[in-house]
Amino acid sequence: MSDGFQLAWIDYAMMLVYFTFVIGIGWALRRQMSDATAFLEAGRSMPAWVAGIAFISTSLGALEVMGMIGCGAKYGMLTFHFYWIGAIPAMLFLGVFMMPFYYGSKARSVPEYLKLRFDEKTRALNAVLFSVMTILVSGISMYAIAILTEQLLGWNFYVSLFASAAIVLIYTYLGGLSSAIHNEVLQFFIVIAGLLPLVFLSLHDVGGWAGMKERLGPVVSSLPEHFAADTWLTTWRHTGRAAQNPMGIEWYGIVLGLGFVLSFGYWCTDFLVIQRALAARSALAARNTPLIAAIPKMLVPLLIIPGVISVWLMHTPAEHFSILDRGVTNYDLTIIMLMRRYLPPGVLGLGLTALLASFMSGMAGNISAFNTVWTYDLYQAYLRPPSSDAKLDQTHYLRVARLATVFGVLASICTAGVAAEFRNITDFMQTIFSMVNAPLFAVIFLGMFWRRTTGHGAFAGLVSGLTTAVLHHGLTEPAGSVTMFKGGWLHVVHTYPVELSQNFWCAIFSCSTSAAVAIAVSLLTRQRKPNEELVGLVYSLTPRTAATNAQWYERPAVLALLVAVMGTVLSLAFW
Amino acid sequence: MIDIRIPIGLLFSILGALLLCYGVVTMNTQSLYQKSLGIDVNLWAGAWMLLFGLAMLALSQKANSQK
Repeated sequence: MSDGFQLAWIDYAMMLVYFTFVIGIGWALRRQMSDATAFLEAGRSMPAWVAGIAFISTSLGALEVMGMIGCGAKYGMLTFHFYWIGAIPAMLFLGVFMMPFYYGSKARSVPEYLKLRFDEKTRALNAVLFSVMTILVSGISMYAIAILTEQLLGWNFYVSLFASAAIVLIYTYLGGLSSAIHNEVLQFFIVIAGLLPLVFLSLHDVGGWAGMKERLGPVVSSLPEHFAADTWLTTWRHTGRAAQNPMGIEWYGIVLGLGFVLSFGYWCTDFLVIQRALAARSALAARNTPLIAAIPKMLVPLLIIPGVISVWLMHTPAEHFSILDRGVTNYDLTIIMLMRRYLPPGVLGLGLTALLASFMSGMAGNISAFNTVWTYDLYQAYLRPPSSDAKLDQTHYLRVARLATVFGVLASICTAGVAAEFRNITDFMQTIFSMVNAPLFAVIFLGMFWRRTTGHGAFAGLVSGLTTAVLHHGLTEPAGSVTMFKGGWLHVVHTYPVELSQNFWCAIFSCSTSAAVAIAVSLLTRQRKPNEELVGLVYSLTPRTAATNAQWYERPAVLALLVAVMGTVLSLAFW
Repeated sequence: MIDIRIPIGLLFSILGALLLCYGVVTMNTQSLYQKSLGIDVNLWAGAWMLLFGLAMLALSQKANSQK
């Protein structure tokens, strides 16, 4: 498959200039990394817009960019659900209701919030799970990008693996979280700039918006599933019955599974994104971080349009467009095949730079979240507690954090190697990750808004939610599944039409179980924490602070309203 | 702390200028732009990126002069 991708000097020049800047930012920040606080928390000094763009940039990693274009081909504009219903409500909720407690509690990580609010065991469980998962996910995204460059550019798998890891390591080692965040902002703009030419050219190719409708209609209605002609160009219209749309799920499954459980589980509790908001320079900036982030997030779906158009390309033989990988359809190839088709030298280099940038922002995000949880919630908590010498401690923990960064990158490389051995493991890990997040959301939500939630309740909730998710995975499978990584390794009691609906329902079950168990156990156990200890951690015990001296456009309520209106208008326009 | 608008502005200006020049030089090489449906997409992408980069630099200049 390595034919047809001839890179010109200009393409290499684009990538080289980009790498220089990425490392340069780390270099420029290295002198400010005097202690662990600066390195792991960026000194809580970011303006809201910088933190906000970093907030969405970490979730615009290589897997996500490849995945979203692939989903565009597979599900059409139903993919937009991941960005609108699947992100916006959760981001608004985080900014308006939850952020004051995260930021105000002075917790440096989500596990630390769990310790302050509940107890040590809840924190330990979450910290261990989070660290392991973060490294695995970062390794898997590394594997994905290396396999892509090998297949399409003919670069050696391990050389591109080590080279890309080395660059991420250099800038996160030098400048810590601050460097990761600043680079994420830069990478966000590069990803957009690199994908826009593809949007314009593919739209131009089909004859604009009207042409797209005209060409996609017959192709979609001729698919064996008998979808309506406009299925690929609508979001809600064909979600009345699962069989009417390619996601294989009804509207209430989307609203509950994606819109509520999965998205709140990710955006409101995943330390990877919360860490960006915690780095903001004030409580107000932290609240505004997800709200400002929601605005560009709403527009990201526009970048999926080339993927949507590729359903026409791949079903029209005269176009000679294929995403077959050794005879099997591989939707992850969609983006690269589109680049190969439309991009001449020059913008091709820009497009590849965008892919590399997305890979780096995703990986650096994982590494910087990992080293914080490792240093604060595992090393400092259990291996070497702070001594009486605060200054000495700071330099010690800075050294530990830097070593954790190196360790994180090396462990990711090993994971990538393992993933290369067992290809099916990739989706599996993503599934596991959402299994960890869904119960966590139930527990944190109860903890923040119900004073009575106890440490035992929270712990029991997390464990039971995780068990439910694992059991659900063991007892169900998606249609046509051939490996046990996709589920059904115990006994198949239910078959879902597609993996996605299996994931959604898994999240719904595990989140509800976790909530029910947490409530029941909390009612049966005694609240050990006195009210005074819970001030700033629980909604009902924390005095409200109004943003009185902020400009109108800096007030969370105003921003949230603006985002809500924009989101509603967009959803109606693409109904 | 660094003002991130400066590196963004510089990077986009350099990449934009590179693409723009490449687009101008290859303007008459029809075979190069067959893929992009005959459009000299480097010229356009380069021009917009350069504009964006300069705007970012101008914004950071303005913010600094206000301080």
